[in-house]
Amino acid sequence: MNVLWLQSAGCGGCTMSLLCAEDPNVLEALDAYGLDLLWHPSLSLETGAEVRRLLDRCLSGEVALDILCVEGAIARGPRGTGRYQMLAGTGRAMLDWVRDLADVARHVVAVGSCAAFGGVTSAGENPSDAVGLQFEGSHPGGALPQGFRAGGGLPVINVAGCPTHPGWVVEALLMLADGSLASRDLDSFARPRFYADTLVHHGCSRNEYYEYKASAERLSDLGCMMENLGCVGTQAVGDCNIRPWNGGGSCTRGGYPCINCTAPDFEEPNHAFTETPKFAGIPVGLPSDMPKAWFMALASLSKAATPVRISTNATADRIKIPPRSRKPRS
Amino acid sequence: MTDETLLVGPFNRVEGDLEIRLTVSGGQVQTAQVNSPLFRGFERMLLGKSPTDALTLTPRICGICSISQSAAAARALCAAASGQPAPQGALVTQLLHAVENVADHLTHFNLFFMPDFTRPIYAGQPWHDEAVARFTAMKGSAIHAAVDARSKLLHITGLLAGKWPHTLAIQPGGVTRAPSPRDRVRIDLTLREFRRYLEQTLFGAPLEAFADLSTPDRLMAWETGDAGLFLRIAAVTGLADLGAGCGRFLSFGAYPGPEGCGFARGLWTADGLQGLDTDTIVEDLSHAWMLGDAVHPNRGDTIPDEDMQAPAYSWCKAPRLGGQIVETGALARQVVDGHPLARALAAGKAGVLARVAGRLLEIARTQILMERWVAAIDPAQPFMAPVTLPRSGAGEGLVEAARGALGHWLSIRDGRIDRYQIIAPTTWNFSPRDSAGTPGPVEAALEGAPVLPGEETPIAVQHIVRSFDPCMVCTVH
Repeated sequence: MNVLWLQSAGCGGCTMSLLCAEDPNVLEALDAYGLDLLWHPSLSLETGAEVRRLLDRCLSGEVALDILCVEGAIARGPRGTGRYQMLAGTGRAMLDWVRDLADVARHVVAVGSCAAFGGVTSAGENPSDAVGLQFEGSHPGGALPQGFRAGGGLPVINVAGCPTHPGWVVEALLMLADGSLASRDLDSFARPRFYADTLVHHGCSRNEYYEYKASAERLSDLGCMMENLGCVGTQAVGDCNIRPWNGGGSCTRGGYPCINCTAPDFEEPNHAFTETPKFAGIPVGLPSDMPKAWFMALASLSKAATPVRISTNATADRIKIPPRSRKPRS
Repeated sequence: MTDETLLVGPFNRVEGDLEIRLTVSGGQVQTAQVNSPLFRGFERMLLGKSPTDALTLTPRICGICSISQSAAAARALCAAASGQPAPQGALVTQLLHAVENVADHLTHFNLFFMPDFTRPIYAGQPWHDEAVARFTAMKGSAIHAAVDARSKLLHITGLLAGKWPHTLAIQPGGVTRAPSPRDRVRIDLTLREFRRYLEQTLFGAPLEAFADLSTPDRLMAWETGDAGLFLRIAAVTGLADLGAGCGRFLSFGAYPGPEGCGFARGLWTADGLQGLDTDTIVEDLSHAWMLGDAVHPNRGDTIPDEDMQAPAYSWCKAPRLGGQIVETGALARQVVDGHPLARALAAGKAGVLARVAGRLLEIARTQILMERWVAAIDPAQPFMAPVTLPRSGAGEGLVEAARGALGHWLSIRDGRIDRYQIIAPTTWNFSPRDSAGTPGPVEAALEGAPVLPGEETPIAVQHIVRSFDPCMVCTVH
């Protein structure tokens, strides 16, 4: 299968992350499944006129475009022209290239939250009028219409994340290659369910602190970051704490909050990223599928029951009180 | 003789997209115009936000220099607060930043730069078969080895910073994770493994031997590893004379830490080492699709010209230091730092060979620095100091990204970001003309490049452009 990769209005970080795939690396993984990268901006030899001819052959159908991967948001500005990003050497806006190429592709994959929803490129006043391929934030319809379906019948597959975990991208592509990714495998934002059916909270190494609502007060504290430091891992989809990043990390393991980077509109949380907004001293945005009263009741109970070990360690940058070893019965 | 115009793009194996317009006559580039074709407007996105949001948003300017952006934002915020990071936090920041820069150099050499020598135009050269075996895009054995070594090296960022790219671990007061004694030995082990890759594959010899090279003659006599293959190719393809730079080298000083910078700060010109006065930086907008006056970044705005009027031809502003263009990057850092090989290369034409050799030299020297820093990590110490941001204030954050000098200038009013301006390394190197009509560093370096009959994307132009290792997503941001 042929894969064409374009980088639109983004940072290129999803490719940089993809190159961190291990055992095997991304080049070997794609090769093993017969995925042939027609062109990738960071990896391919071809440049300039060679690329322009390839794009034309894809449009004419001379070269089958099995999978179109787009990394980065689509800039529509200024004034709907798309001229904030012209594909170099072509005199055409990336907006127009993506629409035309999506029309001839069997599958379209949005790599990263920018391509999926607009992402960070659409933050603030959204200077470039950026959107995702098939969503504008959480609203259906982006550079491509809400009803768009690629030749293979699927909507744009949103491998969202900022950046994407290399495994998410590799596995989505391999599943397309062997025909095992169907519409039932995508969630309501067209994210692959193999990582979107889990929460960042699952496997979080701070779970014991969460159980007792033993909260970190400042970045570098070991406690749960939900109450004070803006962590939304209990609501954010992703398997970040189940499979490691870069050999063993995750945001929460690195000491900073989950900012829900797999979700539409994550770039505009309406509060500082590392501060939890509160109403009357109570954090807003508690776990979404739990009655608030129950949450508060359980939280106050567990807070009252917190062992000294946990409350002490929660506000320290290293373990101050280790778990006590039980003496063996004599 | 009539001038021919060549429009080169999409220009790949650079980070982001790039377009170059060349006028060619007599088999040579006469003039070059460099266009950075993507505008996103980060400096505008940040306005009105909480100052700490810069730590989340600015790394996402760039997926390849993400930690550089983190470090610059953290330093700018720390300066605005008149704070000081915990010394051990600064040390871990140095290490994280060095890991990213070395990974970037490795990516550039293996994935971006070397594959051009596999092109059919070089078929028949005695080294071509080896270049094809090692550096064929996506397939070459050196490319696979580099990808694997890079992802293992980046385990250090997984451990200390959660993930790469786009970490929030680097803060004005230090880092968010205090490494344990176990973390320290694990990082040390990763670095030992990376040294083995460098010595077996990239240099083919102890890396101290490469770091100690002191003259261009000794450099050109280096035979082992992929570095040796590059130098053999460079010698016969004339890379030393290709794409000479402007001879003014800028470094903001790399890896500021408790014991000073890893590589020194300064400006090097034909007159030797100069003090660096960042107050003389001005961003000229005459040939950028930007509205406003030429001012210092602490007074600058970012107002795109929606009509994209001539004579402008790029979204990139044109920074000038004391009214002049400067080159920045690994070579500049090594020249400013006073490495004898780099100084000797700078005394010559300092073209494609010098830039790539400067990067290889820096990989070797930075590995040695990283090993020293890991040994200095003291898990008993604090890694984060309290830093309280002011309701109003201003700060400058200067660092050295892989590609050179990166600056953030921020002001805060009523607890919100009032102004945020960024000059990235490639903004310097790939700047358009200024109001005096002076071409930017790459534009100037391309003048005189040979163009062979029938070439649509001249190979010499590709070598020169890629030797600068441009990061186009940072350039305009």
